[in-house]
This record gives sequence, structure tokens and C-alpha cells, in this order.
Amino acid sequence: MASRILGSAIKRREDPRLITGQARYTDDFVLPGMVYMSVVRSPYAHARIRGIDSSRAAAMPGVLGVFTGQQMKDAGFGPIPCAWVVPASDTKTPPYPPIAIDTVRYVGNAVAIVVAQDRYQARDAVEAVEVDYDPLPVTVDAFKATQKGAPQLHADVASNVCFHWKVSGGDVEAAFRDADVIVKDHIINQRLIPNAMEPRAALAQFSSASGEVTLWSTTQNPHIERFLLSIDTGTPEHKIRVIAPEVGGGFGSKLPHYPEAAMTIFASKMVNRPVKWTETRSENYHSTTHGRDHIQDVEIAAMKDGTITGLRARVWANLGAYLSTAAPGIPTILHGLMLSGVYTIPNIHEDVFGVFSNTTPVDAYRGAGRPEAVFMVETMVDRLARELKLDPVDVRRKNLIPPFQDGYTVATGLVYDSGNYEGALTKALQMADYPKLRLEQAEARKKGQYLGIGVCTYAEICGLGPSQVAGAVGFGGGLWESAIVRFHPSGKVHVMVGISPHGQGEETTFAQIVANELGVGVDDVEIMHGDTDQTPMGWGTYGSRSTAVGSGALMGAIKKIKEKATLITAHLLEAAPEDIDYADGKFFVKGSPDKFKTIQDVALMANVAWNMPKGVEPGLETSSFFDPPNFVYPFGAHIALVEVDVETGEVALKRYVAVDDCGKVINPMIVEGQIHGGIAQGVGQALYEGAVYDDQGQLLTGSMMDYAVPKAENFPNFELGMTETLTNVNPLGVKGIGETGTIASTPAVYNAVADALAPLGVKTLNMPLTPERVWRAIQEARS
Amino acid sequence: MKLPVSLSVNGVNQSAEVEPRLLLVHYLRDHLGLTGTNVGCDTSQCGACTVMIDGQAVKSCTVLTVQADGSKVMTIEGLAANGKLHPVQQAFWDKHGLQCGFCTPGMIMTTCALIERNPKPTEAEVRHGLEGNLCRCTGYQNIVAAVQEAAARMKA
Amino acid sequence: MFAASFDYHRPRTVDEALKLMREVKDARVLAGGHSLLPAMKLRLASPSALIDIGRIAELNGIRAVKDGVQIGALTTHAAIASSDVVRRVCPVLADTAAHIGDLQVRNRGTIGGSLAHADPGADYPTIMLLLGATLTASGGKPRDIAAQDFFVDLFTTALKPGELLTSITVPPTGAASAVYLKHRHPASSFAVVGVGLLVEMRSGKFSDVRISIGGVTVTPVRAKNAEAALTGQAPSEENIAIAASVVADALENPLGDTYASGGFRVHLATVMTKRALTQLAWKAR
Repeated sequence: MASRILGSAIKRREDPRLITGQARYTDDFVLPGMVYMSVVRSPYAHARIRGIDSSRAAAMPGVLGVFTGQQMKDAGFGPIPCAWVVPASDTKTPPYPPIAIDTVRYVGNAVAIVVAQDRYQARDAVEAVEVDYDPLPVTVDAFKATQKGAPQLHADVASNVCFHWKVSGGDVEAAFRDADVIVKDHIINQRLIPNAMEPRAALAQFSSASGEVTLWSTTQNPHIERFLLSIDTGTPEHKIRVIAPEVGGGFGSKLPHYPEAAMTIFASKMVNRPVKWTETRSENYHSTTHGRDHIQDVEIAAMKDGTITGLRARVWANLGAYLSTAAPGIPTILHGLMLSGVYTIPNIHEDVFGVFSNTTPVDAYRGAGRPEAVFMVETMVDRLARELKLDPVDVRRKNLIPPFQDGYTVATGLVYDSGNYEGALTKALQMADYPKLRLEQAEARKKGQYLGIGVCTYAEICGLGPSQVAGAVGFGGGLWESAIVRFHPSGKVHVMVGISPHGQGEETTFAQIVANELGVGVDDVEIMHGDTDQTPMGWGTYGSRSTAVGSGALMGAIKKIKEKATLITAHLLEAAPEDIDYADGKFFVKGSPDKFKTIQDVALMANVAWNMPKGVEPGLETSSFFDPPNFVYPFGAHIALVEVDVETGEVALKRYVAVDDCGKVINPMIVEGQIHGGIAQGVGQALYEGAVYDDQGQLLTGSMMDYAVPKAENFPNFELGMTETLTNVNPLGVKGIGETGTIASTPAVYNAVADALAPLGVKTLNMPLTPERVWRAIQEARS
Repeated sequence: MKLPVSLSVNGVNQSAEVEPRLLLVHYLRDHLGLTGTNVGCDTSQCGACTVMIDGQAVKSCTVLTVQADGSKVMTIEGLAANGKLHPVQQAFWDKHGLQCGFCTPGMIMTTCALIERNPKPTEAEVRHGLEGNLCRCTGYQNIVAAVQEAAARMKA
Repeated sequence: MFAASFDYHRPRTVDEALKLMREVKDARVLAGGHSLLPAMKLRLASPSALIDIGRIAELNGIRAVKDGVQIGALTTHAAIASSDVVRRVCPVLADTAAHIGDLQVRNRGTIGGSLAHADPGADYPTIMLLLGATLTASGGKPRDIAAQDFFVDLFTTALKPGELLTSITVPPTGAASAVYLKHRHPASSFAVVGVGLLVEMRSGKFSDVRISIGGVTVTPVRAKNAEAALTGQAPSEENIAIAASVVADALENPLGDTYASGGFRVHLATVMTKRALTQLAWKAR
């Protein structure tokens, strides 16, 4: 019976509240006396603030106050800290004031805040705050910002270079010297806007009596939020409670510690009322972190038979105007270390320049660094295949790391946990019927139809991660997880976890684990998360770590429950503890399965404690901390089929086959849902999405009218397959699955379009592959 | 300037004095506490705020409360009857048609309208019919499945 | 998301509305609100008053008239898309209405509101120009304005201050066949390019050809040279190609944005015209 629960597609327990409108997101909360904050934001990308006149705004109906950055500073609020300073990169961390004091550095930079009785009045008053700006020259492009003559954003950051990080393995110079063929590309991995459907919000309640702050926040990691707030608000950590109620998606964009959280706390102190702020979508586009934005010069060295011998790259990663929470770690640790992909590339070197520009800060966005690595490697493999006139699948097979179970070390120094890349690729090729697709493609070309087939084989680093490594790579926190399992007298269970899911469904998968391991009903388990006062310390939900790391903690706590239950059972049945066995919710005497106690019997006895073994404490509650020994490396193979209308440049995604391996699958329905959503976001990058700034730093894609979030019509039904290669990094053998789809689908679709256009001689394409770009590329190739 | 409005929301008669600029979605959320209807954008694209006015699906972020004066409004909170989920709600649950849930109330309301017009929509018709609702989590696949499942059940 | 304050008036009749339009300073007319309210929410427009014509019964409805179909300005896109009368008299208009915006927008957005707003990416202006519709305005003396005279500039129509668009009369397409092709903006759903085509064939030749193109220029335009190139000609691939090659003549100073430059819009208009012609020529055979 138990084995059926793990691996079963049971329906989500989160859903009843979500489908009936009973779920409570941050903006849904109303507190007595609550007022609203609205933010005055800079219309200039770079300017000195000469003066702020708030007198007219302050006198408007319902306005409780207008506050500036200087006032916030004077009240003891410090700059927003960066939590990931990568070592050996000479990283500069210029101050990031929550509200600009003398200079604004991007359009949307906060200049002042208004607190008013209702949302409309707050917005009215924002309009009435008069700011005198002295515009400064602007730079928006990560490469140009480093060139001579570019305006400098921060006084102590010459050439706007925040850091220069390097990764090296093998002898890359020799590889290029000895290569039969060298293939180069200049890749623009464009800036994206994450677009979690729920805009960010924060509701702060400061109690002057106790000095305590409660913050309801759209965060993916309430404990990190609390830790960082204790640094910049001056409120000690034990006086801060952060609650992440229902959170409507994050995709990395709700990972950072944002200025607005600190601002609502400041405002609550100033007006002595609970203060709520909710961003509008257009505000979100300007002030919530963006993702990607790399300029990459890359070349690979190979032999005639397709063997890749080296990879060399220089990357300019746009960080935006300030360092957001995890920004430096993304284009370095999460990107540069992954340049071997699923291949045995012996020689790798990359230089990464993190660059400030007059744009919205850039931080994690689904995949965070890994999409920029996999896209680079996977499109280069296709480029090489075209150059050598080989099938891209054959080139991949030539270079794939052979199946391994106990670790494989790549040139960048990472040790992949387990993998069977050939297995996933073979399955995907079978599902797509690759030889037949190639025939169809050839037939279609005769009729003037341009079909393209794109393949991507990937592995990615997630399940972040060992804390020791976190420390070694400059991450300002740990990366372990914790869980508490608490049995009530009636045998019902509360589980408190440090992770903070916001759509990923761990309330269901974790209940499945508890039910599976302890023989209670799934519905007898309640998973609590997202409240620093009620849940144990944890580092949150990002980097596909919640199940990979969080389940390790849960399994640890479950193990301790079993150990204690064994002692209690042995005592009650007058047997020796070593003679007690456990199966399917029953603790029984070995060889006498009719002599047993159920977990419910044990829970009752432990809670009433009438007859406990000597030296055993009452209660049946355990807690565990799990620090994984390594990251996990899910992998897979994706195949896209597109048709390009060469007259209009329109690309239609006709089929999409995805085979993914995330180790042990706890709930296949949820896993598939994660893959669907991931694929859609990756396809979005390939075909539709891109944040565009003009040279004055104005965001031209400033609303959902301009920035194309993909719609239902943009996709076919995705065809999914699985392989299951367990990891030994955690007790269940699970790997992360939250980001794989996004990481794999962008290069798969891009490669498909490039494949379709190859007979026309198209060599260069930049994402998103909009009709005009595709059409122009065809025109250029023809001329 | 405040104006009197009376409207029925989920079968309950409501009267209030509101500013003309008050959007229906803010009236529902901030005045009536019906927070199931969400606001996901400010340009009428995302559809998270979809409600029914006199039986027609509309984006409540693009309707003034005063325009809805005298109307019958139904929100996600009014869909389940007598403690029983509406077939569309049930299908979204059964088919895993949601993840973070933020777009879901709007998706469900639009689905109700879609099925009323087209009781047996094809996959392509569903995808086209949902063009006014954005979801960032699901890739739409299970939403499409849920809509078709709901349609099949409602016909039965 | 939060409009500035304004006064609100809700006239019950056209006369009441016209009176308010004369008397209230800095007022805008509110119909379905799906162009005006989004602009007000972003504070791109902040009128001091709105005159909500949404309850004026005489402005709503569709009826067959002797010279076609008359559509009240307040009629929603959804009502036009599902109207049997429209589908019988002028099916291309019903098809066009069925693909405006999205399901929810079609339930609120009105034909009069869309036409009076005159967004270059809107579908109705192109189709009205194609069909030779007549737009009727009240205020002062009621007057009829031909579609070709109605669209003056970007977001600017021939309506004078104090005038209200009350109805639109669309002639029947009769024996002609017509089609509207749209290249939708992937985010806004507006027409990046909309091509309306109406053709009538006689003895295997084009006897009447009308091509209107929206989305490319500040107002929709007729591709007169392309029309002329086809009139009296057989619907051959070659003739269609010749006509398509002169579509660009009509598209001076094309609009561009981050999604599609002016030059690309002109190209799309050319390709779409060719495809529309091919589609209808094939149908006519």
C-alpha cells in the first residue's frame, strides 16, 4: 500500500482554497488601521536629485506622510545588502539605498514614498510630489558600459565593472591550437521580465510597544528576508516575523530582498499604522528584478569527427543599476561552472564581467545562470554540426558523458551526481521518431516548407546545495533545510518546514512522503511553511531545492520518529528495541507480525505519556536538519519541431518532446506540471519575450501591452517522457525539476529555427525570434 | 464626488457610495472583501480579474463600479453552490490546471463563459478562447485539459 | 491602475448626452471603456469628467436597413460577432469582430468606442474603410460621415467637439467576397497589420477590388494602385503578384515599434494582401 503513495499522481491539497477564491495572497490581507504606500519613481535612467518638494502632496486628502531617502537613512535604515559576493572576483558592492538619496540610476528607482488612507489617494499624492532632476548620461548595454567614455554609475566602480570572475579547466590554449575546426558565435541572451502573475506586495506592521515588526511579503524565502531585514532595518532578527502567505509565483523574482519591504517597515514606524504596498504591473516591469541579459563571445574547438576539445568564452553580464540579493552568483557559479554541459569537454575557460548599467537590477529568473550556459553550449554544438555537416544528434553522442552513478568530474571542477544522458536522448529520439522527422523535413523542403528540428541535451545544477560550498562560493547564507514532524495524540500530523513553496505543490508531495514513510493517511498530514514564527529555519524555495533538500530534512525527522516509536513499541510489547521492525505504519515484533503497535497507538501513548520507556521523553515530535553532500544534476533531452513561414518570418511550434530525469518522482502529475510550465517559459524566451531599453534607459516594453507573455495559443501539447536515475545526494534519490523545462526549451526551439533556416544560408539569429528578426535574417542571407 | 450604487454580488444585494473612479475589482476586493478576484496587470491583458456581469465574462479592472450599478455580478466566491464545487472548479483540481493559483479564479470564470458558448470546444478552440487570460506557471496544457474535461462533464 | 478623480454623468438619452457634452468642461465620453479606462488607469488620460453613454438604449442594437445593416455605436464586439443579421449582410464584419481583443474585451468593448478612439491598431477602422461604411454623428445637426473621411490622424477622427458617434451603417457585401487578415501583436493583440480585401468577380475577372490596410500608417488606407492593377484582370498568380508589389505605394511613413518596424509592417501588408487575394481568388474559382 505504502509504495503506491510515493510516485502516485494524487491531486493537490493546495487546490481547494485556490479554486474557490479562499486563498489569501499578501494584498488580500487587511489590518485594523491599515494604510497604503505608493512609491515615487524616477522617470530618468540616470540623474542627480536636486530637490524634492513634497509640500503639495503632503497636504492632499488622506495623506499621512511623504518620506524621502534621507529621512529613511536618518531613521536608521541602511543600504540593501547583497547576499552573494563571489570570491576571487574583486567584486565591488556600491551602496544600494532603498530610496535614492542624491542620484537615481534607473527608470523606476524609488525617490520618495507616500502613505495615504487608500490606494487611490496614495497614487494621487505620488503625482503631486515634485522632484527636480538633473539628468546625467546613460548607459544600458553591458558591453558598451565597460568601454571608454561610458558614463560611470558608481563612484568607486571604474568602467562599471562590478567583478571579473574566471573559470578554467584543462589547457584551453592547446585545445584551440590543435583544433581541426573552431566555431565562433556572438550570443545575446536577452533580458527577460519574470512576470509572476501576482505582482509583489508587502504589508508591514510595526509595534512601537514591543519593537516588533510583522511583514507579510511576496517572498520565496521568508527566513532569508528576515535575516536581511535585520541587517538593513536595524530591527533585531528575533523581533521580526516574516510571513509568506499564498504567493502567486516567483520564478526567482521574489527571491531578492527588495527595498520596498524595508520601506513599508520604515513607513509603518513613521505613521504608526500597518502599511501595505502592492505594485502595479507596469511598476513591476520597472522595479522587480529582471533576468538573463548576457552578451557572450564564445568559441569551441573540435576535431573533424565532431569531438569537442575546448570551449572559450567572454561574457558581459548586465547586473542593472545595483547589486540585487543573489546577482553576482548567477552569471558565475550558476553559469560558468556549467559550461561542460553533458559533454566531456576537457578544456574550458571563461571570463565573466559583471557590469552595472542604468537598468532595472538583474537577479534570478527561472534557471538563473544555467539557461545562459546551456543555451551557449547547445547552440554551439549545433553550429559545429552544421559546420562539419554532421547530424547534431551524432555530434552530441560523440561527446556525451557516458552513464555514471557515483559522480563525474567535469573540467570546471563540478562533480555531477549521476546521469544517463544517452538514455534520455535515445528515448526522446524514439518519442519524436527522429529519422521520420528528418524525412518529413526533407519532403517539406521540396514543397517550399521550412520545418526545423532542434535538439537539446542538458544537465543542470540545482538542489542548492551544500552549505560548505555556499560559504566557499561567497553565498551569504547556508543552504541546508530543516523540518519538524509533530504527531498529535489522535495520530494526525503537523509538519513544519523551512522551504517556502509558492505553486510547486510541496504541501502535497511532502504529505505523500510522510504518508508513505509512516503509514498515516495523506489527509492526516498538514504541511506548514512560510512563517518565520511558526516554521523552523530554512533557506527557501529557489534553485529547484525544495524537494531535493527539503525532503532530506523531512526524511531525517521521519527517521527519528521511527526510532522513538521503536523504543515505545518495544517497551509496550515488552520486547527488545532491536527486535522491533517497521512496515506500513506498524511497528511489530520480528517474526510475530501480529504483535504490533500502529503509529497512531504510539502517537497516543507518547502524547499521554502514561507508560513510557525509561529515559524517553514524552511527545512524538522530532526535528532534523539536512545539509546535502552535493548539488543534484537533473538532465534530459528535448526535441522541438517548428515550421517557419519564410515570407512573414513567423515561427510555429508544431511539436515538443521532452524527456527529463529528476531522479525519484514523488508525484508525476506535479512533476509534469513543472515541466510544462518550464517549457513554456523557455519557449517564451526563444520566440516572444525580451525587455528592450532605448539608449536613454527608457523601458520600451514597459507593460503587458508590449512585453509578450506567451498565451495558450502559442503552444502545442507537449509530449513528455521520463527516465529515472536516482541520486545518492539525498535519502529519496530526488533531483529538482522546477527549472529544467526552461533551461532546455530555449536552445531546443532556437536550434529548430536555425535548422529550418540553414538551407537558406541564415547564420545569425537573435532572440526573441520574432517574425521581423527571422525575416530580416533570411533577407540578409539571400543578399 | 461620490455616487450611490446598488448591485447584486453573488446573489447578495449591496449598496454603497463610491467614487466614480473606483474600479469594480477594487470595490469587490477592498470594499466587499471578496479577494478571490485578483489583479495581475494594469492594461487589461492578464484576465486574473475576470468576473461575470449579468452572465458575461468581463475584466473587472476595466469596469468602473458605477458602470456596474444595477447589475448582477458573480465572482469566484459565488461559483460553488451549496458547498459543492462547480464542475469547472472540479476539473481544474482534477487535471492539475493550476499551480500558484493567482490566475485561476479568472481562468475559471472565463472557462465558464467559454463552455456556455461552445459546449464542446476543441483543443484549438480552448487555446484561442483563453487568449485573454495569462498563466505563467502551467504552460496552459493542464488548463486546456481541465476546460475540455469540464465541458465533457457539464454536457453529461 | 488608479485613475485620477473625475465627475461622472450618466445620461439616459442622446439628447441628454449631447447637452452634457456641451456643458461639462474637459469631459470624455465613456462607452465600453476598453480604450479609455486603460489610458486613465495609466494616467495617460485624466479627463475631469466622464459622460457614460452606456445606458442609452437607442445607441445599442443591430438592425437590417435597406442599404445594409445599421449598428448602434454602443453595440459590443461580441454582439456583432454573434449577430445573424451582420453575418448575413456582411459576414466579414462578424468575423472581424470575433477576433478583436479577447473574449472578455469583446463583451465590453463597443464599435463606436473603438471607431471614435481611432487607434491605428484597431480592426474596425480598416474594415469600415473597406466596406465604405457611413458613420452617423449627432450634435448640432446630425450628419453622416463616410468612413474614408472619418479617420483623420493618429487617434483623431472627423468628429467635432460636442459630436457623438451614434450609429454605423454598413452596406451589404452582396455578391462580393471579403476577408480580413490580421497579424496580431503577441502582447496587446492589436493588429500590427490588418488587411481587408473585398473582391467581386465577373466573367472570371476582378470587377471590383478594394484593399484596405490598417496598423501600418496613422489611419487605415486603401491600396489604390494595387486595386487598379487588378481591376479587370484575371485572378492569376502573376496578376496578384503585380498588385501586391504596389501595395507599398499606399503606405507612406509607416509606424514602428519594438515588435515590428515600419518597413516590416509594409512587407507584412504586401504578403498579407497577396495571401488575401489568393484566398479569395481561389474561393471564386
